[in-house]
Amino acid sequence: MTPKTLNIEAPALDFGEHWEYAPAPEGTKVEIAARYGAFINGEFVKGHGRKRLTTVNPATEETLSEVLIANPKDIDDAVAAARAALPKWKRLKPQERAKYLFRIARRIQERARELAVLETLDNGKPIKESRDVDIPEAAKHFFYHAGWADKLDYVFPGRKARPVGVCAQIIPWNFPFLMAAWKIAPAIACGNTVVLKPAETTPLTALRLAEIFQEVGLPPGVVNIVPGDGTTGAALAAHPGCQKLAFTGSTAVGKELARVNAGTSKRLTLELGGKSPHIIFNDASLDAAVEGVVQGIFFNQGHVCCAGSRLFVQEDVLPEVQQLLRARLHNLRVGDPLDKNTDLGAINSASQLATIQHYLKLGVAEGASLQQIKTKLPKKGYWCAPTWFEGVQPAHVIAREEIFGPVLAVMSFRTPEEALTRANNTPYGLAAGIWSDKGARIFDIAAKLKAGVVWCNTYNRFDATSPFGGYKQSGFGREGGRHGLLPYLELS
Amino acid sequence: MTSSTPERLSVLKTYKLYLGGAYPRTESGRTMPIHDAKDNLVAHFCLASRKDFRNAVGAARKAQDSWASRTNYLRGQILYRMAEMLEGRTDEFRQALVVGGHTARQAQQELEAAVDRLVAFAGWADKYSQILGCHNPVAAPYYNFSVPEPSGVCVAVAPDEAPLLGLVSLLAPLLCVGNAVVALGSQKAPLATALFGEVCGVSDVPAGVLNLLTGDRAELLPEFSAHRDVDAILTANLRPAERRILDLGTADNMKRVHHEKWGKGAIMDTGLMHGPDRLLPLIEIKTIWHPVGR
Amino acid sequence: MNPSKSDHERAVDPVALEQRAASFCTRSLKKETKAQGLRLVVAMTDLTTLEGSDSPEKVRSLCRKALCPDPSIPNLPQVAAVCVYPKWVGLAKECVGDSGVRVASVASAFPSGQVALETKLADVREAVAQGADEIDMVLQRGAFLSGNHQEVEDEIHAIKEACESAHLKVILETGELGSMDAIARASHLAMNAGADFIKTSTGKIQPAATMPVTLLMLEAIRSHYLAGGGMIGMKPAGGIRAAKEALHYLVMVKETLGNAWMTPEWFRFGASSLLNDVLRQLQRLESGRYAAQYDVTET
Repeated sequence: MTPKTLNIEAPALDFGEHWEYAPAPEGTKVEIAARYGAFINGEFVKGHGRKRLTTVNPATEETLSEVLIANPKDIDDAVAAARAALPKWKRLKPQERAKYLFRIARRIQERARELAVLETLDNGKPIKESRDVDIPEAAKHFFYHAGWADKLDYVFPGRKARPVGVCAQIIPWNFPFLMAAWKIAPAIACGNTVVLKPAETTPLTALRLAEIFQEVGLPPGVVNIVPGDGTTGAALAAHPGCQKLAFTGSTAVGKELARVNAGTSKRLTLELGGKSPHIIFNDASLDAAVEGVVQGIFFNQGHVCCAGSRLFVQEDVLPEVQQLLRARLHNLRVGDPLDKNTDLGAINSASQLATIQHYLKLGVAEGASLQQIKTKLPKKGYWCAPTWFEGVQPAHVIAREEIFGPVLAVMSFRTPEEALTRANNTPYGLAAGIWSDKGARIFDIAAKLKAGVVWCNTYNRFDATSPFGGYKQSGFGREGGRHGLLPYLELS
Repeated sequence: MTSSTPERLSVLKTYKLYLGGAYPRTESGRTMPIHDAKDNLVAHFCLASRKDFRNAVGAARKAQDSWASRTNYLRGQILYRMAEMLEGRTDEFRQALVVGGHTARQAQQELEAAVDRLVAFAGWADKYSQILGCHNPVAAPYYNFSVPEPSGVCVAVAPDEAPLLGLVSLLAPLLCVGNAVVALGSQKAPLATALFGEVCGVSDVPAGVLNLLTGDRAELLPEFSAHRDVDAILTANLRPAERRILDLGTADNMKRVHHEKWGKGAIMDTGLMHGPDRLLPLIEIKTIWHPVGR
Repeated sequence: MNPSKSDHERAVDPVALEQRAASFCTRSLKKETKAQGLRLVVAMTDLTTLEGSDSPEKVRSLCRKALCPDPSIPNLPQVAAVCVYPKWVGLAKECVGDSGVRVASVASAFPSGQVALETKLADVREAVAQGADEIDMVLQRGAFLSGNHQEVEDEIHAIKEACESAHLKVILETGELGSMDAIARASHLAMNAGADFIKTSTGKIQPAATMPVTLLMLEAIRSHYLAGGGMIGMKPAGGIRAAKEALHYLVMVKETLGNAWMTPEWFRFGASSLLNDVLRQLQRLESGRYAAQYDVTET
């Protein structure tokens, strides 16, 4: 099916530089040490590792700090500390355990501004998002899970719940602080102890969280944080002293971790990649749908595992959707992440930028039509203008592989059946979006989409109470809500 | 052994596979004899090949969607029908279990427990969603709920012991939640598996929803693990080396692999075996959001 | 396959509107942007008095304020229009003279519209005869809500004719329409029937203008325009009191319709107390100090 082309005679809207917003930089200054080690047994330690990684501000390429690459000996120390802390922590009066989490949540709220700025510096995401999403949601996760600590026997009817033990947790760079909260909060609420490895390019906020653990008096060893690179992650993932491994990241690494742990009794939860579809039916609120699509793919520069990267539009409204999409994208502001008016910040790393650029070239080579909004990108730093491809075929690589950047593939369909078939034709199954005004159809399609989260007439909504996780090669296990506790509990 | 010719030569049956609602012989042409405790030849059974398994997965894939979209009430009724049919063929199964080495009393106990297990999960079919699903009170104007959905096409690897009850204990929860199943029965005592296939054929289970293989575990496990159209694998009491082979399937395409460990006496413990927590590894939780507003 | 829906029937998602509207409020407007924006708000204001107690003196002081909102602020534009009852149009016209400030009059049995069409037309003709540049009519909610859309459309047509060269603003009175879907439908109906502007509210009913409702109407204007229907103006009225809020409305216009609508010709604020808050903010930008209540004039 060839999509209709836009009528070029149609009037266009002018979103030029009239009444430009003056820079509105977030003024809070945060202190960053020149060097960081690990957080083990309640103390910041230098660590045994000789090598250090350099974490940079992706918006300026300036070095923020040099951070330990924890080596196997450091991992041994951290696991030993977690092991030693376990008996007391799991036998602590549950409500007392809860109170530690409540305290953590409060301190996160109180230090929110500092944490948001640090997150934006280390990650490149807009301050608007770290301020309004990452940090408040992280606090909410501790609040939500705090309340579970003394209610674990109500998690599953008829079953007693016990902690699993020492949990190894490895998190990605796209939501460094929020992912730390997603992982740590349910684990320690359930009475487990934790060794967490933050991502190589974004270790700073997890180490700041360790400061908060010290402030609230969390018993030593309950949470240990070991920064590092892939070698650190591999050592932690394979460590026999852990009873549980929770990983969020790429599908390729997830598979490797599954291979390493095959045949062991270690419990695994994996939250991996996605190529999530949006389906816009012709009866949808197109204004709402386009806004949802934009939030779905450009939120956090598209560095979101559940990013809605494949758009399927019912053929007869495709021209209108394209028109609205263009108009909307002209208003996306790309640039200084610390500016409160920035909508799209920096790509997290040079290597991720190279990956995205590889796909942009590939898409063009495959015959899709690359569309970008003209925008002034800063000279220094890693940047990618908001991009969408038109004329994409479902067989194109850009419609099948996860790009993990601000790149949308626009496709069309005629019948609901076709939409469903195309949407499900992927090895992934993390999330999906449906846009329609017809209730019966929404529930029908929602039931038939093979995805762990289905957003109907909305997209990219998250909540501590709401289970999140994928089907198929997007991983298994859920995070958030009652279901998110199950991976951290033994039922008997 | 006497060399005298019996007065009447009994008809020796070769038990076939149950696959896509039919009873084919293995495409490989391989069969194995079954002897009773006194070493008398009782019957033959098919030694399923990897190709038989692939055919079974194909049949299961074809059947799974429509099985999952039947009402839970109807799935419950079909499971109950299986229990009825099993109850109706008690004598045959008792004999089969005795051939496998059970005493008559053990056989009777196992048979009764197997029927009861089917009945228990027949009862769960239209209730588990209320236990495993929930409404989530999100802090925004959305209606948000989580529902269990079947994993899809699942492989069940039954333990050697309790050849009927072990198999049924895996099948009942798998079918209850809407999965289509390819099951490999007890290797040591395949007769119960083969007979159970005959029960299924007359119990309203739609063709392809349940497929039963008899065969050699060592030969088939790597294929179970490697087949990319398998969504999940459920086993019980496998050896660590066998578990590892299947776990590698996760590393290949993220298929869900769950190993149950039944301690001594656990299989007869209805408190353990009939709990809805056994359904957790056999489902996916789907969370659906919709705005609330005028 | 279902045919796609026409604009009249296009679904509306209230929650999405709330969220999108809220997102404009996260824009941080500083320095020159703020100063320019506040001046634009002044220039877009329909300075309004619609009270039973309105007097010649009140109208005169309103007009004076319209022509020169604050002599202490350099380069301050005059407001777009004064908005009064038909009875005061002649006086207002006299006061504003050829300054360029326009005189708008509510007409058509404002605010309820519950009279016969002939009476409404007489009301409109009277205002036009007195020299009104703009007529703010009220949509006949009774007929609209009862489903008699043709009657509503015919009425707007008739009033449009009676307006002669005066611009017609159709007040939907969104607070009485009951749902976002109805507001969208009424917007399209008014635009198709000849409205030059669509306007949220009379100011006599709560809720009056809100950002989500205004966004919905801006989106309706956008889809009308993109479908080749030409430009239509927008006027949120009632309830906008704070300068900061008005700036967020401007952000919303800029990011929904673009530059072309960022002029008094296509966007107005119907307000009375907003102007003074804007003036206080401008005084602060000039002097660096917060202004007192008495630093601005009441009309």
